[in-house]
Amino acid sequence: MSEKRPIISTGGRGPAAGGARRTLPMPARYAINAIVVLVLLVLGELMIDGGAINRYQSTVLEQVGIYIILAVSLNIATGYLGQLPLGHAGFMSMGAYGCSIFIIRVSEFLGVGARDFVTGTPMALLLVISGLVVGGLCAAIAGVIIGIPALRLKGDYLAIITLAFAEIIRVVMLNIDDVLGFELTGGAAGLTGIPGFSSFLLVFGCVAVVCFLIHTMMKSRHGRAILAIRDNEIAAEATGVNTTYYKTLAFVVSAFFAGVAGGLYAGCVGVLQPAVFGFMKSIEILVMVVLGGMGSMLGSAISATVLTILPEALRAFSEYRMIAYAVVLIIVMIFRPQGLLGSYDFSLSRIVERIMNRDFPWKKGDAPADAAEGKEVSADAER
Amino acid sequence: MFITQVLNGLQLGSIYALVALGYTMVYGIILLLNFAHGDIIMVGAYVSWLVMAQLGLPPVLAIALSVAACTLVGVLIDKVAYAPLRNAPRLSILITAIGVSYFLENGAQLVFGADAKVVPAYTDLTTVQIAGLTLSFPSVLTVLVTIAATVALTLVVQKTKLGKAMRAVSEDMGAARLMGINVNSTISFTFAVGSALAGIGAVLYAMAYTQANPTMGMMLGTKAFVAAVLGGIGSIPGAVVGGLLVGFAEVFVTAIGLSVWKDAVVFLLLIIVLVVRPTGIFGRTMSEKV
Repeated sequence: MSEKRPIISTGGRGPAAGGARRTLPMPARYAINAIVVLVLLVLGELMIDGGAINRYQSTVLEQVGIYIILAVSLNIATGYLGQLPLGHAGFMSMGAYGCSIFIIRVSEFLGVGARDFVTGTPMALLLVISGLVVGGLCAAIAGVIIGIPALRLKGDYLAIITLAFAEIIRVVMLNIDDVLGFELTGGAAGLTGIPGFSSFLLVFGCVAVVCFLIHTMMKSRHGRAILAIRDNEIAAEATGVNTTYYKTLAFVVSAFFAGVAGGLYAGCVGVLQPAVFGFMKSIEILVMVVLGGMGSMLGSAISATVLTILPEALRAFSEYRMIAYAVVLIIVMIFRPQGLLGSYDFSLSRIVERIMNRDFPWKKGDAPADAAEGKEVSADAER
Repeated sequence: MFITQVLNGLQLGSIYALVALGYTMVYGIILLLNFAHGDIIMVGAYVSWLVMAQLGLPPVLAIALSVAACTLVGVLIDKVAYAPLRNAPRLSILITAIGVSYFLENGAQLVFGADAKVVPAYTDLTTVQIAGLTLSFPSVLTVLVTIAATVALTLVVQKTKLGKAMRAVSEDMGAARLMGINVNSTISFTFAVGSALAGIGAVLYAMAYTQANPTMGMMLGTKAFVAAVLGGIGSIPGAVVGGLLVGFAEVFVTAIGLSVWKDAVVFLLLIIVLVVRPTGIFGRTMSEKV
């Protein structure tokens, strides 16, 4: 799922002991990762079918997947672009409402029943996928509308303007029905009748696709432009990077995937209420990104997993769990301000290459240090 | 009727202004959006409730203890949570601030329960006659206290040695340290002043809305923060003007019967101001940072 951070180049380290360093060709790398992802997906599905994971646990797993998408998508704007948006829940709600309204209306029109979504007929599947894309597009449009004014601002002003937009989206979702005179979002009572289309396979399939797309984007010319803007906006502009375009692009891509996650969320919980997508939801997602280490996809994924499962696991101590959560947050930030993983990212092909070269971390000497954490973070610190 | 609405706007705006002053001062000196600031108000309101409703002590003591408790909590938060992170990335301090905010909210919920507590009235006087008009006494008092607090704060910042140190640290922390200014105690002092203002804000808020609940600080804090940014964060007159603008906008929207949209209007106002003037009304160059 998560792969290595693209800017860390593997070249230029000199050959490993005993000749040239052997590397994997690109198709082989993709093949290895694809196989591992498929095996994990099938394994998970088998465990759910076989009853090793019960209904409640698989719902929690779906939530984990949704939060992973939210965290890695916010990571584009925070970790890679270096901005601080506080309105991710706004994009999520745009996606959730867009996707649900689309699916409800179109399935009514086509006569696809709720049953079909559970059994997964081809028609329903097509509808769900187009619904997720519609949700993503709704969020992306909101991202353009918000991004163009917001990205003119810097730092904390950007943070507060995105917060403001997200709150406006929430208030609009809450009250739009009264203005329009017909039922669209269901107001405070909530949007009901959403078919429960999210499943383990769908959610984690989306996680894999999203992570793959983000990874390839960040590895491309466009990704390097975005990283250049993060490191030094003026220098990037001076070397010919169209900063306005790339900032908006990163912002919109981030919004799009948040919208997809919102759609999955709608299919998972079945009811949408505007109050859910408040300021605290945005903060929750931001906490996942920062705690995991900004710019690290694996870090975002791990902390999204832990922070989703932990409150569930601590249900018995529900009175104390939020306090514990707060204390953990403060302590991690005091002792590890760069996040748990810093900017280290996991790469399966890198591990395979190491094994091919018999180049193990416990071997002293010329073993290359893969995590370039310290340097990365000191660059972030100046922001 | 019109006068009442104006007074309501002034009252709400004054409370926002007092809270926004705290945001602005802390931001001016260490560039931190202190998310926990709103929750300090919650602490103040609970202390008032504790002193008056539980211990049955007189209101004067409640006011004094509320302000003292807020000041203490503010300084303590800085010492425990923010001071170890002076040289950390700014986002880490922001997340710590969010952590502190969670901690205070959930701590209050654990100790006092999730339901709202009724704070008794501080004074029996409910109306006051000014120039033939019958006005609500808490409103008039709120406006007067805010004016006094703002004047006092301006004097402290402009005329005293500590104020000079604050301005120096906000301008250039490194240079201030080289000039022999104790940066850490100056920052603590800033937190103390900001939190004391929040304490006053807490008393005035409890006077107006007579209740305390664990999450009351969240929306109040967010609005006050909007007010601070609206006026130009880091600027004292900006915070006051921003607070009054937000207060008036809310009261006006409510008065014309669109109260469900009032949050949206406040945030829209912020967006318009930031798009036109990216550093707020009193932009950084025009005013003194604190």
